[in-house]
Amino acid sequence: MKNEEISALEVSFNQLAETLFQKKQTDEHFTLKLKCERSQFTRFNRAQVRQTGCVADGWVELKLMQNQRSAYHCFPFTGDGEVDWQQGYQALQELRQEVPYLPTDPYLVLPTDNNSSHEVHSGELLSEESLVPMVLESVSDLDFTGIYAGGAMIRAYADSSGQKHWFASDSFTLDYSIFNSQGQAVKGDFAGSEWHQDSYNAKIASAKRQLELLSRPAKKISRGQYKTYFAPAAVSDLLLMLSWGGVSEADIQQGNSALAKLYRQEKSLSPAFNVKENFKLGLVPRFNQLGEIAAPELPLIDKGILVNTLVNSRTAKEYSKAANGANGSESLRSPEISPGSLSTEQILPNLDTGLYVSNLHYLNWSDRHTGRITGMTRYACFWVEGGEIVAPIENLRFDESLYRFWGENLVDLTDFQEFIPEVDTYESREPGGSLVPGMLVEDFTYTL
Amino acid sequence: MWSELTNAIAHLDISADWIGIRAVKETASSHYVRDGLPENNGKISSVGAMVEVLVNGCVGYAATNSLQLENLQAAAQKAYKQALTASKWWIHPFTPKSERPKVIGQYISPFLEPLDALTPGEINDLLVRICHTLKVSDKIVHTTASATTSEKETWFVTSNGSEVYQKFMSLGTHYAATAQDGGIIQQRTNNGWQAHCYQGGLELFKQDDLWHHVEEIGSQAVELLTAEECPTTQTNLVLAPDQMMLQIHESVGHPLEIDRILGDERNYAGGSFVRKEDFGSLEYGSPLMNITFDPTVPGEFASYSFDDTGALATREFVIKEGKLIRGLGSLESQKRAKVPGVACARACSWNRPPIDRMANLNLEPGTASLSEIIGDIEHGVYMESNRSWSIDDRRYKFQFGCEYGKLIENGQLTKTLRNPNYRATTPEFWHSLSKIGDSSTWQMYGTPFCGKGEPNQAIWVGHGSPVCLFANVEVFGGGE
Repeated sequence: MKNEEISALEVSFNQLAETLFQKKQTDEHFTLKLKCERSQFTRFNRAQVRQTGCVADGWVELKLMQNQRSAYHCFPFTGDGEVDWQQGYQALQELRQEVPYLPTDPYLVLPTDNNSSHEVHSGELLSEESLVPMVLESVSDLDFTGIYAGGAMIRAYADSSGQKHWFASDSFTLDYSIFNSQGQAVKGDFAGSEWHQDSYNAKIASAKRQLELLSRPAKKISRGQYKTYFAPAAVSDLLLMLSWGGVSEADIQQGNSALAKLYRQEKSLSPAFNVKENFKLGLVPRFNQLGEIAAPELPLIDKGILVNTLVNSRTAKEYSKAANGANGSESLRSPEISPGSLSTEQILPNLDTGLYVSNLHYLNWSDRHTGRITGMTRYACFWVEGGEIVAPIENLRFDESLYRFWGENLVDLTDFQEFIPEVDTYESREPGGSLVPGMLVEDFTYTL
Repeated sequence: MWSELTNAIAHLDISADWIGIRAVKETASSHYVRDGLPENNGKISSVGAMVEVLVNGCVGYAATNSLQLENLQAAAQKAYKQALTASKWWIHPFTPKSERPKVIGQYISPFLEPLDALTPGEINDLLVRICHTLKVSDKIVHTTASATTSEKETWFVTSNGSEVYQKFMSLGTHYAATAQDGGIIQQRTNNGWQAHCYQGGLELFKQDDLWHHVEEIGSQAVELLTAEECPTTQTNLVLAPDQMMLQIHESVGHPLEIDRILGDERNYAGGSFVRKEDFGSLEYGSPLMNITFDPTVPGEFASYSFDDTGALATREFVIKEGKLIRGLGSLESQKRAKVPGVACARACSWNRPPIDRMANLNLEPGTASLSEIIGDIEHGVYMESNRSWSIDDRRYKFQFGCEYGKLIENGQLTKTLRNPNYRATTPEFWHSLSKIGDSSTWQMYGTPFCGKGEPNQAIWVGHGSPVCLFANVEVFGGGE
């Protein structure tokens, strides 16, 4: 999207906020949130195009607060000031009818801060014409499948206390898998704000080398406990489980968290295990649903001890805690696991005999309150003996507690980290990702 | 809307072989109360259109949330360009006659009371009362109650004369009670996470057994605190319809989606252990197993008359007497795979293209009553209400957990069990189906959260099932 078009959308959003500000009554408070995108989605299967198209989408959430009651309406944001104001005004009128009849909410928090921010990250993305040949020409001899998602993403915020935030980013992700004839695959991603063909070609060349390792007959592994190396993409999947009944203060208070035992200090994790929110990466907006700005860094688990949870203002009010700029769901937005001391060269020798797991799939809590997670291995996973890769494996189910694999069984983390981009596109594209090392774990439990 | 869309189709100035506009307008409401206090009250209004064009056998799309003629025209031109630039690399040529046939018709969800028959304030009052009723004891530390409504209209207008209007009204309710005693925490809900989703009006909310059911949820949450852990053993497993919903969804629905078999989903949701050549020959499960794709069931969550490419939706057997006979594939997938399919090209909204989805997928009832099923079991475990789900990318190895279990001893349901789980492989499991409940045990549920596709789409599905008995299944409990 051209900068002028982004600027026009910003003007339109600001006009909407300003007009609402003028129309609001003395005892009314509001927040206004915008999600908007201009996205290209091109889907590939067998190095051909399966679906291709573009989406121009945007919506605004207007939340009205009055007399300790609140409700919100979402309506489309088109960028046409007149059209958007008509919808915004109708939403305001309907909310005024509805809110007085709702029950009071003692933990409702009004926007009171005085923050403003403005970030625009421009990019050099592939044109519609060049996208397909640039992606497919170097993989035309491969069974390549995946999706390119790229374009502008906007997040914005305004409220009745005068706060304003604008975050716009041009970016892309190419999330792909390359399969061999036995159904084994290498998974990869290529993401950024500028497309560099040389870097992409290098990634594909590396994937081709990994595919050669996968050509050996797959080994069936019996259920049991095995020393396991998890590559960064797999570690990221485990980390993101903490967004779902993990680091949320509300979840801990309400009996929904796997980290309750860590919180109560009945358990600790390995001193080598450190997790933080790191907004210094600059990939996601730092403002939240009340316009509050999160600190550049927030340690969550420090040397195995839970030192902070994610606390939004509502939870803070309800449980008398200090808010730390968390979002509405108190989920991780820019997480990082600190590196350890294991170098790339040491991974296989230190694993010695066990499993090398590149990716995981379909994780779920099997017993949340004991921190037990089940899921599957996926893509390029190998059996290793004597520090040498022997064969790819048939996929295995695991069922293991985080108190073990991030606790007493954590051997080490790698001395390097990888950025694993966010590729989810439910409802909209999402910015960001996680920065994680690989990890080596003793006695990881595989069950099927 | 009709006149705007037909006018737009008539005036779109591009030289495509076929043009279609699928417009969607949805008004949804969401109400969530926690511990008797309101936490979320909202309404979402969405409107937009996807313009699809067919050029030299390639499909391109462009979606916009502005339905003004000039924006639809701009979208059509973008879609045309998308198709044209991909044509050299396109996966399979499609034709309007085969993959976008002319169709005219409409569908409207059955309902008795309109979704706005209660004001948001009145809905909140009910949810607050539900929270209070769930709290049957001081051991209940946390209660939630939520209700969501949706009124969605779709218009499908094409250059070859299709005109389809469908209006879907739906309601979802969810109640949960969390009980705690020291370090033991147990949760019970109304049949699992968001399982009460149906087409219809507000009559679905105020059913006769509502308050009894809510009280039972609270009581069973407390009961689970002192229950025994589910034993770790191989035994007979009886599953209630609210868990069969998940079982059918994950281990029958997804592996039979033809786009997965064709490889479209391998980078995200996954492929399938089923192969194209299995249709017509594979014995998927025991002869008691009859699975229908049935978008005609009144009130089931994913009923409709036409899919999002205009294919006429009909009831079809997918598995009959255990044998796999048909896949869950759209007209496009059927052509590519040369496998019989169903009308299942569905999109979650105007901003996503249609892909193969399962809609309503039901297990047909058998002949055994519940007492006959339980009465013949010397030892086994009965499980209700899903709480954990995980299956591999080929839909082969699964592990599912439930909220509530009962030990079966000598033909009787005896002790309550907590943290009941089971795991198996799909073919082994369905071949172990040894008794299937009659229509008195058949219940249907739905979920709005079936995730798939690139870009991702969460779509609504319905599943009906009787109580079922599976022999010799690995079951186990919780704990570290």
